[in-house]
Amino acid sequence: MRYEAPESVEGAVALLAGAKGEARVLAGGTDLLVQMRADVVDPELIVDIKKIAETRAVTEEKGGWRIGAAVTGAELKEHPRLKQVWPGLVEAANLIGSTQVQGRATLGGNLCNGSPAADSVPALIAAGAVATLAGPKGKRDLPVEDVMLGPRKLALTKGEIIVSFLLPPRPARSSDAYLRFIPRTEMDIAVVGAGVSLTLDGGGTITAARVSLGAVAARVLLVQEAAQAIIGSRLDKPAQDRLEAAARAACRPIDDKRGTTEFRIDVAAVLTRRAALIALDRARTS
Amino acid sequence: MAKHHIEAKVNGDPVEFLCETEDTLLDVLRDTLSLTGSKEGCSSGDCGACSVILDGRLVCSCLVLGCEVGGRSVETIEGMAKGETLHPLQKRFLEAAALQCGICTPGFLVASRALLEKTTNPTEHEVRYWLAGNLCRCTGYDKIVTAVMDTAAAMRKG
Amino acid sequence: MAETNGHSQANGQHVVGTRTVRPDGVDKVTGRARFGADFNLAGQLIGRVLRSPHPHARIVSIDTSKAEALPGVKAVITRADFADQPSEFIPAGEMMMNYKDVVRNVMAREKVLYEGHAVAAVAATSTAIARRALKLIEVQYETLPHVIDVVEAMRPDAPLLHDDLFTVGVEPKPEKPSNIAKRVEIKQGDVEAGFKTADIIVEREFKTAPVHQGYIEPHAALATFSEDGSTELWTTTQGHYIVRAHCARLLGLDIGKVRVTATEIGGGFGGKTVVYLEPLAIALSRKAKRPVKMVMSREEVFKASGPTSGATVRVKLGATKSGKFVAAFAELKYQAGAFQGSPVQPGTMCAYAPYDIEHVHVIGYDVVSNRPKVAAYRAPGAPISEYAVESVVDEIAKKLDIDPIDLRMQNAAHEGTKAAYGPKFGPIGLEETLNAIRKTEHWNAPLRKWQGRGVASGFWFNIGGETCVSLTVNEDGTVSLMAGTPDIGGLRASLAAVAADELGVPYDKVRPIIGDTGSLGFNFLTGGSRSAFSGSMAIVEAAKQIKADLCARAGKLWEAKPDQVEFSEGHVRPLGALAEKVKPMSVADFAKVAGKTGGPIGGVGRINAQGAGPSFGTHLVDLEVDPETGRTTILRYTVAQDAGRALHPAYVEGQYQGGAVQGIGWALNEEYVYGADGKLQNAGFLDYRMPVASDVPMIDAILVEVANPKHPYGVRGVGETPIVPPLGAIANAMEAATGIRFTELPMSPPKVLKALKDKGLSKV
Repeated sequence: MRYEAPESVEGAVALLAGAKGEARVLAGGTDLLVQMRADVVDPELIVDIKKIAETRAVTEEKGGWRIGAAVTGAELKEHPRLKQVWPGLVEAANLIGSTQVQGRATLGGNLCNGSPAADSVPALIAAGAVATLAGPKGKRDLPVEDVMLGPRKLALTKGEIIVSFLLPPRPARSSDAYLRFIPRTEMDIAVVGAGVSLTLDGGGTITAARVSLGAVAARVLLVQEAAQAIIGSRLDKPAQDRLEAAARAACRPIDDKRGTTEFRIDVAAVLTRRAALIALDRARTS
Repeated sequence: MAKHHIEAKVNGDPVEFLCETEDTLLDVLRDTLSLTGSKEGCSSGDCGACSVILDGRLVCSCLVLGCEVGGRSVETIEGMAKGETLHPLQKRFLEAAALQCGICTPGFLVASRALLEKTTNPTEHEVRYWLAGNLCRCTGYDKIVTAVMDTAAAMRKG
Repeated sequence: MAETNGHSQANGQHVVGTRTVRPDGVDKVTGRARFGADFNLAGQLIGRVLRSPHPHARIVSIDTSKAEALPGVKAVITRADFADQPSEFIPAGEMMMNYKDVVRNVMAREKVLYEGHAVAAVAATSTAIARRALKLIEVQYETLPHVIDVVEAMRPDAPLLHDDLFTVGVEPKPEKPSNIAKRVEIKQGDVEAGFKTADIIVEREFKTAPVHQGYIEPHAALATFSEDGSTELWTTTQGHYIVRAHCARLLGLDIGKVRVTATEIGGGFGGKTVVYLEPLAIALSRKAKRPVKMVMSREEVFKASGPTSGATVRVKLGATKSGKFVAAFAELKYQAGAFQGSPVQPGTMCAYAPYDIEHVHVIGYDVVSNRPKVAAYRAPGAPISEYAVESVVDEIAKKLDIDPIDLRMQNAAHEGTKAAYGPKFGPIGLEETLNAIRKTEHWNAPLRKWQGRGVASGFWFNIGGETCVSLTVNEDGTVSLMAGTPDIGGLRASLAAVAADELGVPYDKVRPIIGDTGSLGFNFLTGGSRSAFSGSMAIVEAAKQIKADLCARAGKLWEAKPDQVEFSEGHVRPLGALAEKVKPMSVADFAKVAGKTGGPIGGVGRINAQGAGPSFGTHLVDLEVDPETGRTTILRYTVAQDAGRALHPAYVEGQYQGGAVQGIGWALNEEYVYGADGKLQNAGFLDYRMPVASDVPMIDAILVEVANPKHPYGVRGVGETPIVPPLGAIANAMEAATGIRFTELPMSPPKVLKALKDKGLSKV
């Protein structure tokens, strides 16, 4: 098993594009190492991207934020500004696993592991994040909701990596929130994840919203209908009911050891409403 | 495939070792460097018994490859005491009977140390959530949490 | 020679009962302490096990030739390397096992009976080579239909695990084999008559899922075999003498040639009272002629060690309208896993033990099924049966509108009560624990909507057993204490305190270690809450010998008669007129002149400890349910339990707290999840959900002490009872919070939310 730690994007792309056998990108390693130990994957080549400067930086860009794909959840939490602008995204990244896992886990890895239950992905999608990919054919941008196509299925082609994510500029009176349901208080994989981002006008009416649900379908969903249900409202009870109904309708969950279909649908509705109320509260005071 | 030759710092001492790509930092610590204080409970990052501090960051050593730590600094349970002087946390754990079988204790001590280096006045809630990645099956966590908070208080007094 | 029973130091101070720092503690907080996987021998090989992917299959053939040919592989073993064992039952912790089953569990013979069942093992020069070698072993299986659930397994048309298993305990003797290994029964009075006098009868059926002890340290063993047939073994175990016996038996070795060292142990809770890797490591070492080290992965621990039974329990309890229990019936069906031996017998005995009931009838069935053979889990069998009984007791309290503590007090077993399973209780502390709970501020604290409070009591008999402890006085007056029961959580501190008080030696001058099997006579394992109880008793014996010896030496030195000397408060003292001629001599004084006065000073306590006193406990829990998600939060928890005499209060509290939290996990989230294919779906700490620190509050521990008159210090074992009441207490609190009686564990959120919705209690 080869291990390479290139220092440039081009170097990483060349290694991955030229790999003969199974190759894997290593960022935080909190999924890859577990899968290797469990014999689920046996790569011939591991490409560690953490030495590539662009994957480790958090910078302001065009009024928004560019976050490197290999920035850890703990680093996001420690960033002085990010959690004020995107509290939901930061809290989502810091719900992955434990303190120890957050010390290593990254947004890029969480997305590319391809699990619809990934904690940071609904928050990234609700934020309207766009992934910047680099591959043998050059760079391209892809909205995060278009990256994960299904369990362990990504829209990345051979040799492509995610370099960073761009979060759009934040209008005034905007905020986000992420909630997940787990049976314990920590450590579990999300049974349901709900990310909501919204913007208010001066009067407190929602003028823009994005709602994303995780762990309730084969991929993380961007639920347009749920956003439509609350845009133009002040998230009063009828709007909340519409929101819940839209969340329910979007779910196509499975029955598994973590939750039944019925349970996931019920809880998706509840969490979407609760996350929206938190985002609303944050947006009012932002 | 030739092994990787890695130079790093462990508990302040420079070390050199060879490892395969798939060897985790935990494997290297235990099997190559004979530092068996970090324990293997699950190899999937779910129990925290292998906790170490990597460049100042609390991590599970079972989730880090040995070949990733070149040029880096690793602190394990073995480096917590200074000579014969135990770290206040180690001392308090003993006085408060915050361990029974002791297998989780190194992980808890390293994790608690990382917490107290970040926050000098954690609440009970903060302590419990910070330590949620460290499993204990013997104590029910009560005496561990109390010991961490008491140590924080004692360290604040100076 | 007269001797006062001086359990105190020279200055009258007791160490027993104080919160000393444990003597083995520094190594544990510095990482120096060596647990099973921390031992290594030069030249060692790594052993790994090939395990069945099928829950039930006949082994048609095993071809290990390719594995043996792989460079780096030094030995491969299969069933061919183990002689078959005739059927013979022997004690295993507090359960019984059969060697014919043991040899088959350690290495499958005719069939594989669960996913994870060992089929072959290899020893190689590295883990990577060992893993590759396993992939080269070709096993041909003929898969068979499997059965997991206990009720399914009892059906006459269920897939049969053993064609030579005929139910014991039924009349007439069955002609056809079945999966029902045994029927057990306890009876007192006439329940049918009793039920006729009841004003209220509650009958309910309960179901629990299999759960694992969840020790953080996986099984590990290191063996080295010598050409003369002797072997040394280091293993993480609760009973190294038991390991020795099993390995000697399975490998055809003299017991005296097997030397086992119990390493520090990272949790056991009953799960490390049997052998898995040890016989394999020895067999591999014998074949490879090199030491072999084996460690289980976490997945192997879940799939191939010994979780406890899942069960179905039916309870029927009758009471008068004033609350007197008049008749009690229960039928328990427990899974044993692949081989017989579930804890249904103790489950049967404990079910109604906290209560004084005239008519009792409990029936139990031990049923095999295609999952790992169960091993003991902390008060084996009792948490399940007492969960069911305590739930029904709570229901009766509600129906009769009687305070749940008052109802239990009214029916509580006390000194003189004859338990339905046989003995008459001596002094016991159930009522004291109920009163202690009633007096807490917790009992009266206000609750809000969706919050509920539950109480439950529990019981475990505790055992004594064969114990050997040696005390040696060193030349400088320090004392070396060697015990033979592995220390799973503070034992050395307690034993050192007892030795210190017995001999009047400072606590820090007593150095306790756990000896290997070559150093001490037989010791039964650490289990049954026996190690502090029995160990302290044996120390008293050993100390008696030393005290008598020192008095005899003093007699010679002082030319005194036996009635002129006595040992008290750490010294041999001259009595009467002699006191004007000579001064008292301490143990340390004698140590200096040991050689001149007869030789080394020491004593060995060799006993079969009798008189174990049962420990009763009562738990109180507040919880809150989120009616929109079914999630339960434990808000507050108090334990009151009778320790008899707490040798070390902090470690006794620790047992109460740890057992309570295991019970919280069992009640709310822990369970083995099987697919329809008979394979375990959650063989890891991610999806086998044990409580984490943020899941639980502080656990308040109240030490009740009703002395056990049969122990020199009044000690009762305390380790097991704490896991018995939580299941019932939490189920009762759930009922109080939701109005719903949950009769199936775990009460996980999907189940709770569904139940709330079905009753129209959730807005979801």
